Amino acid sequence: MSKDSKPEIPFLKWIGACLAAVFGVQALRRILRALSPSQETTPLPAQGAALPISARPEKAEDVLMPPLSTPVEEPENYLNTSYSLKSWLLTTDHKRIAILYAFMITFFFFVGSAAAALIRLQLTTPQGHLVQQQTYNKLFTMHGVIMVWFFLIPALPNTLGNFLLPMMIGARDLAFPKLNLFSWYLFVAGGLFTLFAILTGGVDTGWTFYTPLSTHYVHTKVMLTAAGVFVSGFSSILTGLNFIVTIHRLRCKGMTWFRLPVFVWTLYATSLILVLGTPVLTITLILMGLERLFGIGVFDPALGGDPLLFQHLFWFYSHPAVYIMILPGMGVVSEIIPCFARKKLFSYKMVALAGMGIAIFGFLVWGHHMFVSGQSMYADMTFSLLSYLVAIPSAIKVFNWTATLYKGSIWLSAPMLYALGFIGLFTIGGLSGLFLASLPVDVAVHDTYFVIAHFHFIMVGGMVTAYLGGLHFWWPKITGRMYPEKLAQLSALLIFFGFTLTFLPQFLLGRLGMNRRYYHYAPEFQMLNVLSTAGASILAVGYLSPFSYLLWSAKYGRRVSNNPWGATGLEWQTASPPPTFNFSATPLVTQGPYEYNPEDAERELKRDLAILQSDASVPNGARFAERHQEAQDTAAPTTEAQDEQKH
Amino acid sequence: MKSGWKAVVSLGTASLALFAAAQVRAQESGFRWQPEQASKIAPRVDLLFDFLLVVSGLIAGGICLLIVIFVFKYRRGNPADRSNPPTKNWKLESAWIAIPILLSLFTFVWSARLFYDEYAEPAGSININVVGQQWFWEMQHPEGPREMDELHIPVGKPIKLTLSSQDVIHDFYVPAFRVKQDALPGRLTTIWFTATQPGRYHLFCAQYCGTQHSNMGGWVYVMEPGDFEHWLTHTKPQPSLAEAGEKLFVQFSCAGCHGSHAAVRAPSLDGIYGKTVPLADGSMVRVDDRYLYDSIVLPGAQVVAGYQNIMPTYKNSLTQAQLMELVAYLRSLGGQTAHEKSLDTGDATTRQSIREQQQRALETQQEDQEMQPRQTPSDAMPSGDKNLRPLPQERKSLP
Repeated sequence: MSKDSKPEIPFLKWIGACLAAVFGVQALRRILRALSPSQETTPLPAQGAALPISARPEKAEDVLMPPLSTPVEEPENYLNTSYSLKSWLLTTDHKRIAILYAFMITFFFFVGSAAAALIRLQLTTPQGHLVQQQTYNKLFTMHGVIMVWFFLIPALPNTLGNFLLPMMIGARDLAFPKLNLFSWYLFVAGGLFTLFAILTGGVDTGWTFYTPLSTHYVHTKVMLTAAGVFVSGFSSILTGLNFIVTIHRLRCKGMTWFRLPVFVWTLYATSLILVLGTPVLTITLILMGLERLFGIGVFDPALGGDPLLFQHLFWFYSHPAVYIMILPGMGVVSEIIPCFARKKLFSYKMVALAGMGIAIFGFLVWGHHMFVSGQSMYADMTFSLLSYLVAIPSAIKVFNWTATLYKGSIWLSAPMLYALGFIGLFTIGGLSGLFLASLPVDVAVHDTYFVIAHFHFIMVGGMVTAYLGGLHFWWPKITGRMYPEKLAQLSALLIFFGFTLTFLPQFLLGRLGMNRRYYHYAPEFQMLNVLSTAGASILAVGYLSPFSYLLWSAKYGRRVSNNPWGATGLEWQTASPPPTFNFSATPLVTQGPYEYNPEDAERELKRDLAILQSDASVPNGARFAERHQEAQDTAAPTTEAQDEQKH
Repeated sequence: MKSGWKAVVSLGTASLALFAAAQVRAQESGFRWQPEQASKIAPRVDLLFDFLLVVSGLIAGGICLLIVIFVFKYRRGNPADRSNPPTKNWKLESAWIAIPILLSLFTFVWSARLFYDEYAEPAGSININVVGQQWFWEMQHPEGPREMDELHIPVGKPIKLTLSSQDVIHDFYVPAFRVKQDALPGRLTTIWFTATQPGRYHLFCAQYCGTQHSNMGGWVYVMEPGDFEHWLTHTKPQPSLAEAGEKLFVQFSCAGCHGSHAAVRAPSLDGIYGKTVPLADGSMVRVDDRYLYDSIVLPGAQVVAGYQNIMPTYKNSLTQAQLMELVAYLRSLGGQTAHEKSLDTGDATTRQSIREQQQRALETQQEDQEMQPRQTPSDAMPSGDKNLRPLPQERKSLP
């Protein structure tokens, strides 16, 4: 333990520098170029959709695959209005800002994942020699800080939320478009602080910054990292404020509270937490900084302070922050499942209100992170009881999603696979939370890999899976092009199995007593660690795959109609990609958000199959191009044309 | 729905059978599903854990099964009855809200009861002081012996650990005992357990405490009572906790104010342990380890009624271990603890003889020390300067 151990990680710097260079600059340029309209004919994706029907007439997938479009001149949309870098960096269009966020978040996701990869490699042997001990501590700290504050918290609200919220409620933009851009710059500034901290030596406090370790005992870049988190916190607060005002003030005519899509409800709940919780984190970080710089003594027992006070303040934010991460994921899943089951969301009101319940109760359970910290036994019991109660709304949601499938007309497309995977992984993650809410069991497995597995099931198995599902679902809306379906389905399965193999063994590791944040571990834990690392390598392939084909399809994917899924949301009633101000006329809403009918869907499917079978000479692509072109022509951005599949 | 129920029931039976088979198989093959059970509380915790595992398995399995059934039966193009798809059903919904709540409450009550038992310390426990420091544990037995990253305890006796930390937050964790407790700087925390199986068990620090966090730990040796007595008598003899505290009491001139003939007026410390005393602000406080500890570290915080606070803090002049020795001495002055009672009476005659043996050994040792003064922990590890902290391998040689 030497305090000037910065030079021990030259290759970490290299990785950081390479990632910064590759993703930050090249990706931005390439993707900007990729988003420009391609004039050449769209090449066929590698799948069977283009075969003559006589070859495979009976398969529903072939019939209902979105059509191969004939190359048409794109009407003006938010992407092709201007191509200059300036037009992107100074945009106030919520859709473009969402894309800007997406760049940053993807970048940070891969930085955080690189740290995770090194951690998993290190843990393949009990006395791993891949990195030095302090480097290992820096790696898991960096993994936590980057993933929590620069990926998980902003990912869904700031990309898909930013993109979809105004469209879902029939608005032209967020309430404060310039504030929205300012939030992005704050986020970038915070990210740069943190990256700078990592590149100039890193930090090894753990993402939780527990005092007095962080204030008196480490000599790494604590202040710089905390500054990054501090600055990005303001980005969160401003985004939350923007969303709340938008949802209250900018709903179009007829869009009552109980006609809001569940995704909007969850964004509302998330924004409440962002606005109410983040200031507490900000204050806590300021206190920690003052303590570290000037020794003010708030957390220092030698001066009458209390190190546990830091934990109380920190978890008062950081526990609700868990719900910031997972609530929008629940919202995404609530959009995908009704669409691909062709059925109304079961008990819509309960699902919407359960999200609000989670947001409110989520503020009352922070103490369950401190069962072994020395807080009073009765406090422990209170927090345990409240933690059980906060699980109930989550259970309600899971039951409702499952019930939505009953009597549906289920299409296992890639977004649906992600959504179903979400239910499974989230259920396991949530149920393992009940173990941790149980006091004696928590005493046994607290601070072990059981906890790691638990929150990765929620964060990665839940939130990241939902994020990818949402990305696939709205990809045609965002880019106007379709991703390769078969590849996407394969990736969804790969991610599901890779994830399970990575984190299921960790439950057992934790149960057996392997501590988290351990550089060395007892040799008897090796087998399970190797299994976990093997799973992680599958997971890495699983994540790289959508990253590559989504980028590819942004330029080369097939053009699709405005509403390739036949979904009911307002965002599907406008063009794909949408024009800068979303709708050519302000929509009027006359019904609830999920007006699907499984029987109609089945009838349509039968009719389409019948047409195809009677007229075997028509390639299904052409037939569908025709049909969807019709739909596109008649689809006015009003809800009278909501169920496009009826045309 | 009937077939659904049947499926759930059969799935439940199957998972229970699998679970039982896995437990048996695990015992045969040496593969573990849980750590060794080496304390009285461990089987009770494991029962609760297994209950949660079965309930969770049934819920997760049931949901997965339903999803698979629905996806298969209602897949697009598959003829099935889709008439009047339900979008709400208050009976079903009330059931799936009420049942989880009842299950949760049941689990909570079970957990809270067990947790209470984990807290409620029995009479007659052996009180061992444990101080965490970057990156090792220092244990002090009441009879005097000190250990580094190792803890020897007798089987079948309730052991109470009083934990504190010299620097950052540490966490004392023995998976085989299912116990875990943070050791905090500037505060005393306690846990207790009764070991049931002689053997050697992992001791970890569970709370991340800096660079060499994963090196911090060692072994707990659970010994048969006879072996333990043997171990106690054959370790390097040292003054008992109370004796060490008494020495400090003299060394730091505490008696100069708190003694009965002191010139300066300060509250007497004789026989106050366990009593409730009035404070200057009108409140009452029970004199226990924590109060005594706090009063040495922060004398101005809780001043006894009728006295001025003129005492300086001893936070920086004493190590955590020394503070805890002082507390042990003050405890011995009055209001005996359960353990010390047991030392004095009946079954502890062997202990008495151990003490005598140690006392003799101590005297001979003290004669030796006149030539070469013994290094105290405070000499070796000045608490003020963190940069001078020696490395753990050097520390192993400390007393």
